[in-house]
Amino acid sequence: MSELLVVEDLTVTFPTTRGPVDVVKDVSFTVGRNETVGIVGESGSGKSMTSLAVMGLLPPGATTKGSIRLDGVELLGRPDRELRRVRGEQASMIFQDPLSSLNPYYTVGLQIEEMYRAHRRCSRKEARRVVVEALTQVGIPEPERRAGYYPHQFSGGQRQRVMIAMALVCSPALLIADEPTTALDVTVQAQILTLLAGLQRDSGTGMVFVTHDLAVISSIATRVLVMCRGEQVEYGEAEQVFAAPRHDYTRMLLESIPRIDDEVVL
Amino acid sequence: MARYVAGRLAGLVVLLLLVCVFTYLIFFKLSPDPALMICGKTCTPDRVAQIRASLGLDRPFLTQLGDYLSGLVAGRDYGSGPNLVHCPAPCLGYSFQSSQSVTQMIVDRLPVSATVAVGAAVLWLIVGIAAGLLSAVKEGSWWDRAAMGLALGGASIPNYVLALTLQYVLVVKLQILPFPSAVPFSEDPLLWFQSYLMPWLVLATGYACLYARLTRANVIDTLAQNFMRTARSKGLSPALTMRRHALRPALTPIVTIFGMDFAALLGGALITETVFGLNGIGKMAADSIAKNDQPVIMAVTLLAAFFVMAGNVVVDLLYTGLDPRVRVS
Repeated sequence: MSELLVVEDLTVTFPTTRGPVDVVKDVSFTVGRNETVGIVGESGSGKSMTSLAVMGLLPPGATTKGSIRLDGVELLGRPDRELRRVRGEQASMIFQDPLSSLNPYYTVGLQIEEMYRAHRRCSRKEARRVVVEALTQVGIPEPERRAGYYPHQFSGGQRQRVMIAMALVCSPALLIADEPTTALDVTVQAQILTLLAGLQRDSGTGMVFVTHDLAVISSIATRVLVMCRGEQVEYGEAEQVFAAPRHDYTRMLLESIPRIDDEVVL
Repeated sequence: MARYVAGRLAGLVVLLLLVCVFTYLIFFKLSPDPALMICGKTCTPDRVAQIRASLGLDRPFLTQLGDYLSGLVAGRDYGSGPNLVHCPAPCLGYSFQSSQSVTQMIVDRLPVSATVAVGAAVLWLIVGIAAGLLSAVKEGSWWDRAAMGLALGGASIPNYVLALTLQYVLVVKLQILPFPSAVPFSEDPLLWFQSYLMPWLVLATGYACLYARLTRANVIDTLAQNFMRTARSKGLSPALTMRRHALRPALTPIVTIFGMDFAALLGGALITETVFGLNGIGKMAADSIAKNDQPVIMAVTLLAAFFVMAGNVVVDLLYTGLDPRVRVS
């Protein structure tokens, strides 16, 4: 399998009043085409920072070391002007909270359209056709009409569908999903996961799926990277990691999932 | 939508009526007897009673209030027989001091106050928003610190200090500007502009400082929103990201504040107009209070209340167009 994304010894450092702090330390993983790699860890483990680093969207002040190669091209150290062409076109991202991630002042149609037009030369009419197609693809009913709706007029699950439609409108090679189902109801979570898996199968997009939910990861990822306090504690085939965790932290994470036959202590 | 507007307008009328009742109560019942003041030093009780009768002050409070309100809506007559004077609607009575129609006084002075307000508003919007934007984008830079420090200082200077200082420096010392005069624009545009320049500057300074700080805070807040991260993740140009995604959410709340501030200014800039001798609503208010000219005080209060409430309604209606989340049902 040819590797789409190669991350090697990635370190992200933030300056603080008590000196520099590594929020991500020596993380390495690869994502193949049509493959899903899960990044798991608790809050503050550095999983979101890792995905933002790939997109070149780290907060100002952050410094990076190591290497991030997309399709064989090094991304770290490239100027923002060049990274802008990568963002959306080759790699795109969906976020945890779809309501706050969409601008409340503009229709979803415009927000998808502007992304398409940022990367493709086309008429507005053509862009609108693409928007309707993208909304149809993610299962939004009456896409022509709904393209003129504002984010607050959609349900939580539909908003995330809109985000997915937007992220995939330029057919990127890599999709980074940062906790895309965390803010959703369990039934809606399952629908979004099915949708993502289906879209990925059809388009051959490589996906990085960031979550703290091990159940979600086991159903969608082929490989798993476990992170703790910015460090990579385990990396391997999903089945192997879940069946025979080699690291204490992974074991702890797995044991933290409540089981229905557990004794309840109140 | 039409029902909503009608409802808001009805509410406005009710509020104005309440303001009317309270102001009338305060100025006609609780302030010194105007008949005594008009009568002067050589006054007999008979003469006072006569004046009171001619002003209609001898009648019960509610009758007086009723006459005032019906005068506003339908006009009213003053005096009787050969001395009968008809005051057409909207009748605000006659000044105790100059015997002029208060309605006419307002019509004469409103353009001056409006000119002061509009000129100042243009200045403070441009300067305030531009400075605030620049500060937000360069947060923490020397420009940001200097501008915000200056804004804090500028907002703290009382208007009359600034007005007198400017007048002393620009007119008396440096002689860059002529002394303000009430020349109409059509007669001498340059002198007109020079006359209004200082009032504009003085009024705009305080507001510009407040608006700069407000804009800065709003833009910084918006830049930290999740949807800004989404916009960047889409590969949009920084200019488009800023213009489309940051500015509209950041500046919409400013519309509210501006509507209120501007409306209040239409009711007269009391200190600025008085210092520069501009014959606007503000100076009229100051003069009428000094001379206890109750019909004028009453009219000025009603006018200011009307502008503030009307401004409120206009802003609310504008909002339904500016923020898609706000829709009237």
